[in-house]
Amino acid sequence: MEKLLEIKDVDKHFDISGSFLDQLRLKGGRISRQKTVVKAVNNVTLDVMAGETLAIVGESGCGKSTLARTVMGLYKPNKGEIFYRGNRIDNLSSKNMLPYRTKMQMVFQDPYASLNPRMMAREILEEPVKFHNPTLSRGEIKDRVAEVMLQVGVDPKWASNYPHEFSGGQRQRISIARALVLDPEFIAADEPIAALDVSIQAQILNLLMDAQDKRGLTYLFISHDLSVVEHIATRVAVMYLGCVCELATTKELFSNPQHPYTQALLSAIPRVGGKRGGHTRLTGDVPTPINLPTGCVFHGRCQHANERCTQEIPAQRALESGTVVACHAVEEKRI
Amino acid sequence: MEQLLYIRHLNVDFVLREKTLRAVRDVSLTINKGERLGIVGESGAGKSVLGFSIINLISKPGKITGGEVMFDGEDISKYSYDEMRKIRGNKISIIFQDPMMTLNPVLTIGTQMKETILAHMDVSAKEAEAICLEKLKKVYIPSPEKRLKQYPHEFSGGMRQRIIIAISLLTDPSLIIADEPTTALDVTIQAEIMDLLLELCETDNMGLILITHDLAVVSEVTQRIAVLYAGRVVEIGPTEQIIGNPQHPYTQGLLKALPEMADGENRLNQIPGMMPSLFNMPDGCPFEPRCKEKKEHCTQTVPGLIELENGAQVACFAREGGK
Ligand SMILES: Nc1ncnc2c1ncn2[C@@H]1O[C@H](COP(=O)(O)OP(=O)(O)O)[C@@H](O)[C@H]1O
Ligand SMILES: Nc1ncnc2c1ncn2[C@@H]1O[C@H](COP(=O)(O)OP(=O)(O)O)[C@@H](O)[C@H]1O
Ligand code: SF4
Ligand code: SF4
Ligand SMILES: [Mg+2]
Ligand SMILES: [Mg+2]
Repeated sequence: MEKLLEIKDVDKHFDISGSFLDQLRLKGGRISRQKTVVKAVNNVTLDVMAGETLAIVGESGCGKSTLARTVMGLYKPNKGEIFYRGNRIDNLSSKNMLPYRTKMQMVFQDPYASLNPRMMAREILEEPVKFHNPTLSRGEIKDRVAEVMLQVGVDPKWASNYPHEFSGGQRQRISIARALVLDPEFIAADEPIAALDVSIQAQILNLLMDAQDKRGLTYLFISHDLSVVEHIATRVAVMYLGCVCELATTKELFSNPQHPYTQALLSAIPRVGGKRGGHTRLTGDVPTPINLPTGCVFHGRCQHANERCTQEIPAQRALESGTVVACHAVEEKRI
Repeated sequence: MEQLLYIRHLNVDFVLREKTLRAVRDVSLTINKGERLGIVGESGAGKSVLGFSIINLISKPGKITGGEVMFDGEDISKYSYDEMRKIRGNKISIIFQDPMMTLNPVLTIGTQMKETILAHMDVSAKEAEAICLEKLKKVYIPSPEKRLKQYPHEFSGGMRQRIIIAISLLTDPSLIIADEPTTALDVTIQAEIMDLLLELCETDNMGLILITHDLAVVSEVTQRIAVLYAGRVVEIGPTEQIIGNPQHPYTQGLLKALPEMADGENRLNQIPGMMPSLFNMPDGCPFEPRCKEKKEHCTQTVPGLIELENGAQVACFAREGGK
């Protein structure tokens, strides 16, 4: 399989110190300047293979959206490199990034916030086509938009409606249409169904899977819903505090999770027809990415943590099964 | 089994300028002492309105326009605001999705808890403090003495929801109504909170009405489930029957739409269309526009609940004649 996207050692940190004056602190009678940095994504290395659905899972604040936005070029990484079909894209000027802006698209959780409320559905879909294909005639643009609307299941007779006139599910169809209308290769979908009801979720997931089949799309699929991920993903990366702690095929991850955090996460999922009890319970809260713990980011909540875990950051290691896991205990064969 | 609360033919309307929105229609259900009942349905189905109407807390212009809510042998739907206040927070507690709907950001947790106790019970300040500590321990808040002096923002989301549960326990209620109590929380925290609610219900023989859109959560926690669609109960029965042997076409479709029920199939089962607007309800069965099994008279008459052999009740003409 060909690598479509390579993410290498990427850090994305946000400096939230504010103005120079906000940064001043009085310590022991002396004024010092203090920076506050959110370490949202830390040393992430991942490949996305052409045609696959790579899911990113993890609890809120673990850096899923930041990673997706960094990949899309909406944020510049503080460290590391991103390659698309072998070409480095993280350091491109907006002009040089332009060709990738058609190949790479993003779908967001809240279709209402991501659609311009003052534009009709038709305009929302025509705008990117016009921008990237200035030579197309009006008729050609219209045809292309109508075709995509049909494909996502929005009747073209609603083309003159505004976003608020659609239901949540229909709005998400329109934002998917907006992503598809440029005929991309890659779509980063950030919690695309989280705001929808179950019966509508199924409609949108089917739509995404159909579009993938028809167009050979590659997805980076972000979700906190593990049963959805189990259904749709080829491989899964589990994130915790900005770090990837495990990367595995969907089958391996769900049947044979290695990292203690993955194990806890999986055992916490409620199952239809399941019974409570017998879960591995995590205690304590997720620390903030402002003061990252030393060593393994998970050590404060890990029942297998030892001295080494508090000091040394575990490196990603590939197991025989192909699963990549960052955990000392797994490496030492303690678990 | 002893009945704790029952609702008969409850109707709740929102009378808006031009039209009337019928949020809850002809709902009847019973909950026994110590029983855990789930109310599931998609957003806008009327779950919250139903939950709030039980304790007469519907926001204006909402109004109970028919039916009764019997609690401990009295029709509390006709209670005055003051009479209701006594019941609410005394025998029935409510837990919201957003803890900040209950918590005051500028008061310490201790102050808020003590206020609640003193409003409902005749105890000294010292005894009130002891009750606070006891309840905080019950919900596994570490170092409760220290925590009492802290403000809501000093707690994480999961901790805040624990505090809310502790507050709801202050007056030893016999029923807790929890409206999407874990929807805003991460799955590991959700699991902790659900374990806690379950443990409390079991040790204190407390009744629970768990309102949620999450079928997996209700299936793990409750003994009976009511499925709400467009303001009506379309199916109600023992949890294992609703989950394992659903009879209403909507419940069946909903369960089959879950990815975990896909059974190796790539495509998920989808229910076409969406729930009708409450302003614009079909004359007959509310599910009729999306139903594969509809018959001619489904468009004209609303089906009532009928008893099935599996102990459940279903509102569907296609199931008449017993099954
Ligand atoms: N633009 C930003 N400025 C400052 N902090 C941010 C920004 N975006 C995200 N963060 C912080 O980075 C962390 C990761 O956020 P995010 O990527 O949104 O997580 P997730 O999508 O997994 O919930 C969080 O602590 C969040 O508050
Ligand atoms: N204060 C209100 N005014 C007008 N309509 C309301 C009000 N509260 C709820 N509704 C309506 O009642 C219906 C049921 O709402 P709700 O009980 O909140 O649904 P659920 O909790 O199942 O998502 C919805 O159509 C909603 O718009
Ligand atoms: S490295 Fe140590 S603390 Fe981290 S997950 Fe493994 S055992 Fe736990
Ligand atoms: S009553 Fe008719 S329309 Fe309604 S669910 Fe049953 S078969 Fe379908
Ligand atoms: Mg996010
Ligand atoms: Mg609600």
